[in-house]
Amino acid sequence: MLTIGALVFLMPLAWMFVTAVKPAEQTMTMPPQWIPVSWDVAESGQTVFVHVDQQSYDAAVSAGDDSVEVNFAYQWVVDRGGDAVPVLVSDKVLNSTHKINAHWRSIAHDDRPVRILEPIEGIADEDLVRVYIYESEVMGFPHKVMRKDLVLHYDQTQRATQRSYSFAREIEVGMETLEKRYIAWDDRKRLAHTETEARFVSLESLRSSADVRWGNFGQAVEEMGQFPRYLSNTLILCVLTVGGTVFSSAVVAYGFSRIDWPGRDKIFVIVLATMMIPFPVTMVPLYGLFRELGWIGTLKPLWVPAFFASAFNVFLLRQFFRTIPKELSEAARIDGCNEWRIFWQIILPLAKPALTVVALFQFLATWNDYLGPLIYLTDQSDFTLALGLQFFQSQHGGTQWHLLMAASCLIVMPVLILFFMAQRTFVEGVSMSGLKG
Amino acid sequence: MTRDTRRRLTSGLLFVSPWVIGALVFSLYPIGMAVYYSFTDYDVLRKPVWVGSMNYREMVVDGVFWRALWNTMVYSLFAVPMSLGLSLVVAVLLNRPILGRSVFRTCYYIPAIVPLVAVGMIWIWLFNGDLGLINHALTLVGIEGPQWTGDPAWTKPMLIMSSVWQIGGSMVLFLAGLQDVPRSLYESADIDGAGPFNQFWHITVPVVSPVLYFNLIMGIIAGVQEFVKPFVMMPDGGPDRSALFYAVYIYQNAFQYSNMGYACAMAVVLFLIILGLTWAANRLVSRHVYYAGE
Repeated sequence: MLTIGALVFLMPLAWMFVTAVKPAEQTMTMPPQWIPVSWDVAESGQTVFVHVDQQSYDAAVSAGDDSVEVNFAYQWVVDRGGDAVPVLVSDKVLNSTHKINAHWRSIAHDDRPVRILEPIEGIADEDLVRVYIYESEVMGFPHKVMRKDLVLHYDQTQRATQRSYSFAREIEVGMETLEKRYIAWDDRKRLAHTETEARFVSLESLRSSADVRWGNFGQAVEEMGQFPRYLSNTLILCVLTVGGTVFSSAVVAYGFSRIDWPGRDKIFVIVLATMMIPFPVTMVPLYGLFRELGWIGTLKPLWVPAFFASAFNVFLLRQFFRTIPKELSEAARIDGCNEWRIFWQIILPLAKPALTVVALFQFLATWNDYLGPLIYLTDQSDFTLALGLQFFQSQHGGTQWHLLMAASCLIVMPVLILFFMAQRTFVEGVSMSGLKG
Repeated sequence: MTRDTRRRLTSGLLFVSPWVIGALVFSLYPIGMAVYYSFTDYDVLRKPVWVGSMNYREMVVDGVFWRALWNTMVYSLFAVPMSLGLSLVVAVLLNRPILGRSVFRTCYYIPAIVPLVAVGMIWIWLFNGDLGLINHALTLVGIEGPQWTGDPAWTKPMLIMSSVWQIGGSMVLFLAGLQDVPRSLYESADIDGAGPFNQFWHITVPVVSPVLYFNLIMGIIAGVQEFVKPFVMMPDGGPDRSALFYAVYIYQNAFQYSNMGYACAMAVVLFLIILGLTWAANRLVSRHVYYAGE
């Protein structure tokens, strides 16, 4: 029974991971598949990855058919100086003109893409041509380059059509130079000018193989846009909040446990009481306060409060400090140590295990925090990973499940790795936060 | 006051001063302001305008407010006891000397540390009406699963079920509490012929009752504040606002409708609800809580 329960508990994470490494197609199958597979057939001598509907395949097998309907993706390509360039065949009439994606690049400028601003037919190699040179895909600046430094490139990907420096040329080719080239089914959305067809293929020529798409993680990072920024923001916040809360909470916990001053325990009750305050209550006034300070849209609201001790951590560290024998401090006092030195040189080194617990849980809290960043961060470049993931979902959710799960994996994995590295500290920490002591 | 006492007072106060400042600026001042704003019309951009009890009167007639309150209460009423019960049972089972115990503990604990945003993503994918794993599992036993996120009747059960996944924290606390149970109690119970159920009910539950009580209070406080999961899974409150949670409605009022005064009034009510529930749980349970030391 425990085993079944454990499997059920791990199932969501396993499913997240499996989905993350699937080809997009296979997130859309019912019944769901645990092992991502790809299908291929040998087509005129080469292996072509195709799409097969699992249900119709199963139906064909159980009915004893010898063939099943298979979806192919292909392009029409023409040969341009040794390159097979995909073309858009207009009206599906094979002997008319065809559109070809192309752009110019300048050899003299690190092979950067350019847009030609004046006609260049019939001019000599040494003539200057006015062009826009692109730094990135959208930013261009005017320049002059020599004709011989310009080369024409043919674009293979679909994104080429969206680039501002790309253009489509009409070319006329003979029917016999057009070649039908089969491509992997999954590439049909990425590559330019793809077409699909469905036809029956014999069952024995169809092969399936396990297919783990590690590339989905890279694609998820790319599609999330500013993933490196999200990551660095999150890490900055983690470092600042962990440092801030460990230090300040230790100082305050020392004051509440190792020094005996009148009224101490009464005030400590207030510390415990502040743990009860729900965040929604302080949310609006805090927003107003941070707005007055001009902190909205910066990371400050998320880390500055960490330097003022958190009630929970103070409670936890106080419990630990109390277990350290009083005699240690007293001996140091007799030797003339002041409180700060006792704290810094005697108590703090002894409290390392407890400080590790506080650091670990603060790291988790910051890494996982969602509501804080949601309220205080306005600019996409300031987002944390948690907020970035949700932003990604709101843009691409509902369709690209494999990428969404890959992105989720990227957030979950560091936490899991940390857990396995510091498993004992975790369990100790949770027990410490209980009622004992 | 002797010189030594005065010295200890000053250094003690110096050491706790970060917390004092933090509590004043980030807790007490905001609470006071929340109460003040709750009596005003406030949109952050302009100065708050005093409107008396208008926000509170508006709340009484605001159907959405009652809807959000109802959703949150239904959720807490089911999710908190279910999670508590399950984590106690798992803890008891894991407390016995069985093979691979630490592996099991890890399996049950891990979901508790997964970032809530990712938790939301995972569950919305698992509960997908057409492609989800859960509906597929249901078809295997001959049930046609509902459109969880699209059917007002099923959004809350979905959230309640997914909440049971994250029992790791309370489970570890129970495990720690179970260490306090003296072996001899079970041994004498065995001799007296008490079955496992009776032993659980008459020995285990009383001994872990302080932990049970702690987890119950924490569960209630967290339950009525539930924000991230419903917000991530259904940002607009779900079909027919069936998954609009109290904290989500506060957020919407404050940051989407710029109705900060009303949001503060709702927050104050939330605070009172938490205090009330804690007090009630205290009254109800504390009589049955058994403290070994006393």
